[in-house]
Amino acid sequence: MTRAAILALLSHWRRQPLQLAMLLIGLALATALWSGVQAINAEARSSYDRAAATLGQDTLDRLSRPGGATLEDFVTLRRAGWLVSPVIEGRIAEPARLQILGVDPLTAPPQAGLSALAGDGDILADFLGPGLLLVAPETAAELEGSDLPPRRIAPDLAPGIAVTDITTAQALLDRERLSYLTLAPEQPFGLPPLESVTDLSRSTPEDGTDLAELTDSFHLNLTAFGLLAFGVGLFIVQSAIGLAFEQRRQTFRTLRALGLPLRRLVLLLAAELAGFALIAGTLGLALGYAIAAALLPGVAGTLRGLYGAPVSGVLDFDPVWALAGLGITLAGTALAGAQALWTVARMPLLAPAQPRAWAMASARMLTMQGVAAGLLLALALGLTLTAESLIAAFASLAALLLGAALALPPLLIAALRAARPLARGPVGEWLLADARQQVPALSLALMALLLALAANVGVGTMVGSFRTTFTGWLDQRLAAELYVTAPDEATAARARAIAAEDARAVLPTLSTDLDVLGRPATLVGVPDAPTYREDFPLIDAAPDAWDRVADGSGILVNEQLYRGADLSLGNPLRLSEDWQVPVAGVYADYGNPAGEVRIGLGPMSERYPDLPLLRFSVRIDPEDAPALADRLRQEASLPDQAVVNQAEVKAISLRVFEQTFLVTGALNVLTLGVAGIAVLTSLLTLSSLRLPQLAPLWALGMRPGRLARLDVARTLLLALLTWVLSVPVGLTLAWVLLAKVNVAAFGWRLPMLLFPGDWLWLGLAALAAAGLACLWPALRLTRLPPSRLLRIFANDR
Amino acid sequence: MIADRLAAAFAVTLLAAPALAQGYAGLGSEAGADFRMPGRSALTFPEDHYAHPGFRIEWWYLTANLEGPDGTAYGVQWTLFRSALAPTAAEGWEADQIWLAHAALTTPDRHRHAERLARGGIGQAGVAEPFEAFIDNWAMTSTSADGDPLDALTLTANGADFAYDLSLEATGPLIFHGEDGYSVKSPAGQASRYYSQPFYEATGMLSLPSGEIAVTGSAWLDREWSSQPLAEDQSGWDWFSLNFETGAKLMAFGLRTDAEGTHFTSATWIEPDGTAEPYGDGAVTLTPLERGEVAGRTLPLQWRIELPARDLDVTTAPVNPGAWMGTSFPYWEGPVTVSGSHAGRGYLEMTGYD
Repeated sequence: MTRAAILALLSHWRRQPLQLAMLLIGLALATALWSGVQAINAEARSSYDRAAATLGQDTLDRLSRPGGATLEDFVTLRRAGWLVSPVIEGRIAEPARLQILGVDPLTAPPQAGLSALAGDGDILADFLGPGLLLVAPETAAELEGSDLPPRRIAPDLAPGIAVTDITTAQALLDRERLSYLTLAPEQPFGLPPLESVTDLSRSTPEDGTDLAELTDSFHLNLTAFGLLAFGVGLFIVQSAIGLAFEQRRQTFRTLRALGLPLRRLVLLLAAELAGFALIAGTLGLALGYAIAAALLPGVAGTLRGLYGAPVSGVLDFDPVWALAGLGITLAGTALAGAQALWTVARMPLLAPAQPRAWAMASARMLTMQGVAAGLLLALALGLTLTAESLIAAFASLAALLLGAALALPPLLIAALRAARPLARGPVGEWLLADARQQVPALSLALMALLLALAANVGVGTMVGSFRTTFTGWLDQRLAAELYVTAPDEATAARARAIAAEDARAVLPTLSTDLDVLGRPATLVGVPDAPTYREDFPLIDAAPDAWDRVADGSGILVNEQLYRGADLSLGNPLRLSEDWQVPVAGVYADYGNPAGEVRIGLGPMSERYPDLPLLRFSVRIDPEDAPALADRLRQEASLPDQAVVNQAEVKAISLRVFEQTFLVTGALNVLTLGVAGIAVLTSLLTLSSLRLPQLAPLWALGMRPGRLARLDVARTLLLALLTWVLSVPVGLTLAWVLLAKVNVAAFGWRLPMLLFPGDWLWLGLAALAAAGLACLWPALRLTRLPPSRLLRIFANDR
Repeated sequence: MIADRLAAAFAVTLLAAPALAQGYAGLGSEAGADFRMPGRSALTFPEDHYAHPGFRIEWWYLTANLEGPDGTAYGVQWTLFRSALAPTAAEGWEADQIWLAHAALTTPDRHRHAERLARGGIGQAGVAEPFEAFIDNWAMTSTSADGDPLDALTLTANGADFAYDLSLEATGPLIFHGEDGYSVKSPAGQASRYYSQPFYEATGMLSLPSGEIAVTGSAWLDREWSSQPLAEDQSGWDWFSLNFETGAKLMAFGLRTDAEGTHFTSATWIEPDGTAEPYGDGAVTLTPLERGEVAGRTLPLQWRIELPARDLDVTTAPVNPGAWMGTSFPYWEGPVTVSGSHAGRGYLEMTGYD
């Protein structure tokens, strides 16, 4: 009996391969998007952990003093019995941006990277002797061919970091002093008190890693997208399962009548669903892995560009991830199939196979949805107005989207009601009434469409606003035509002399790393020149800002530092032990993860007399710029990449920018695609259920072709209305992203710009998607044999 | 974990773990062109108590058999190894000399040990004048006002759960092994310079989590340096320093050969008055008796030692079989008791039982 039942149940899918495909595609897509996003997040997080472990950001206490610790500090502590180990930290910019971590492998606590030394004493001898950089594989590839010390791959290191011996770090960073000493967690028996041995001060690094916190917004963002896509995918699954169960009602009844126990029937159906979930889940995992692998380099670029977070661009396969993905698929299928199974379980044995009113919503249900939507929207408003934190901003986004989705069916019905006076003739009125009738059944798919459209409008507006602001800012910021970085001071001086012959202005700049309020920042010395006074994009400034910057009585800070440290104009900022300068202005500095401070070149070189003047920019007629660049390369023997054209910098910056939002764009398109499929499956389900409604019209003389056209019109009408509603939702979303999320996440606030052209295109896309989705059910309708319609009446309904 | 592996890497190559782990000195089988080879010239003091940076490897190796007020037997080990990356001694962070030290305190029911690593040239470790061999706060310091610096020493070390502080007085002369301190290690002629001060009387304090214990006893210092490793076919070594109740002492070692498991042996018989007689390969026989499992390895814990020339036929048994040095290169080192033709106590080191 069971065997026969299985065969009977499965025969349905043989007859309806398209439905089967839909179910599997829906599940696979949902799994793929969700698990792909999870894989990306997991890879990024593991990169942060590696970075944190490498940088000793973990739990070890540190001993330090302003200006750095010395070799004597280290030896004194060791001789007193304290287990300490020296660390020198710093960054180099040439020939590649690289964080240098100098350690003493003989006393260092367990540390990422050093395991690469294990098992090979020659390597350790090289590490201690001539010098060796331990780097992640991708960093090794980046450094290929550079004249840095030889590299050795340490797979457990985060990218962008090189672990090396103290001596090598001292040479690379041109620095004698130690950044700090780490204190081993377990110290020997009976030591003298630390204070009696050293005047270094002890500090405990803050819990958790800054990077993880900093990038939380980004991952929350991705997760939200993943969840959205998964949810939309489940709509498809729900429709497909609903449809399949509905069409097999007769089969169920027959099987039950033949003596198949209800329990076994339900079990068989559940097993069938689980089987599909496993198949589709596996497909989805493969697809998700492919999506993640394709998107990861972009994500890594984004994270590096926006936060300076080192993320590997290479995806690892994690079996736990795969199991979790399958688990989610099974759970999602259970959720989507629960209602259908429940219906089967409660079905009276010999009930006539009448199609139930599929998800028919009563007026009461609609009211409840409206109330819930109102509450959610109010919550979203309250959160947006009061909240400062990222979590609150995202919570308000979630409330907004959910509220809008719930509000959709009542609003659509209201809109269709309001449109009634516009209807001409009975057919028009029937069309509106029928559309209203369809809203509850289609509501899930329409909600999915709304979410996808709103996300598209919102994210599109944010990215567009950002792009416009960013390009405008680039034009201002990159005012000079050429940017030159010389390898040494003599070459720099020679190059400046050559440039001065042709150029309108040669603008040398100094820069050095520094710690501002405990965070790494860059101090840049700029000359007093019209180029800066006129073109440099300031967000806010005191009236005499440039005069004060020039004479060293004021500084400019970038927006990130300004907002992050909660500064205001006139506030003094401590640049070193004995140097405090008030803030005279704030400038936008998009794409820079770190803080930056600008001061006059004169005051800066007084403070740092030994700092070599290696960089300068050149103002020249744009058409003369390439010629001068060539002269500089030849006559000052500068390497090719030492002279950069403004246009190149802009192109690179814009490329980085596009890369940054590639992922968002890709997810956006995928989500919209999934929503389109959701609409299609819902319509397919409806098309067979709606025959009782259509049969009377046919009987009244309306031709199937006309009926089909009306069906298409109705679907397009609903899609259009959904799109109209999605625009304000999307704009609200964009506003929250720009005004709240960006400030909390990146430290910059962007003006919101509107791109109505994009909405129009999106509207057309939505209509096209809905049109495509309803085309096939409509075609089926035109080809319906009259006998099917006739049977509606014969079947005693 | 990583630190362990790192340190193991160290041992394997820098300290020539085939060498040290096998109990002996050297770096791989090649000595390295720039390093000096041990010669046969007479040792000179106090110069030879200090470091020989021109040689690849060197150690100051002290073991003590001690006794508490209640008669409980204790063992103390203090070892400073020097391993050269280059035959020079630079100052500053540029490391060309690496120092490694082991300290252990063995009680009948517990074996505690600690390890330290340092680079030379920065003052964290080394052998300084007046004589002090040190790494971090561990030190072997001469307290001898006049005469040989090694006549009187203080010795300190500490780990996470132990510390000791001993005073050592030499009651006899330095002993030279092999031929005037030229000690042959293989039939192929590998050799080291090797001398000992086995006549220390020790007093001092052991600190354990349970409290302090006053101890007295005897101690034995080995000094050895070389640039030559073991022969390629030698896999490990068993080394004994024994004090008999008669006042006589015996140093005996056997280098095991991979294939046969046979020993290349060498011994020095030391009379109570300090007269020493060296014995070459084969004079002494070392026979493993009962084997036991320690730290996942099977080791001979009881040994039979025969030196027919001295009518010696004794058996050794460990004070604590678990005297395993779980350091970057692991080995067994602990106090033993001696019974048979001669009663006494001593120290045993066994390496290369992986």
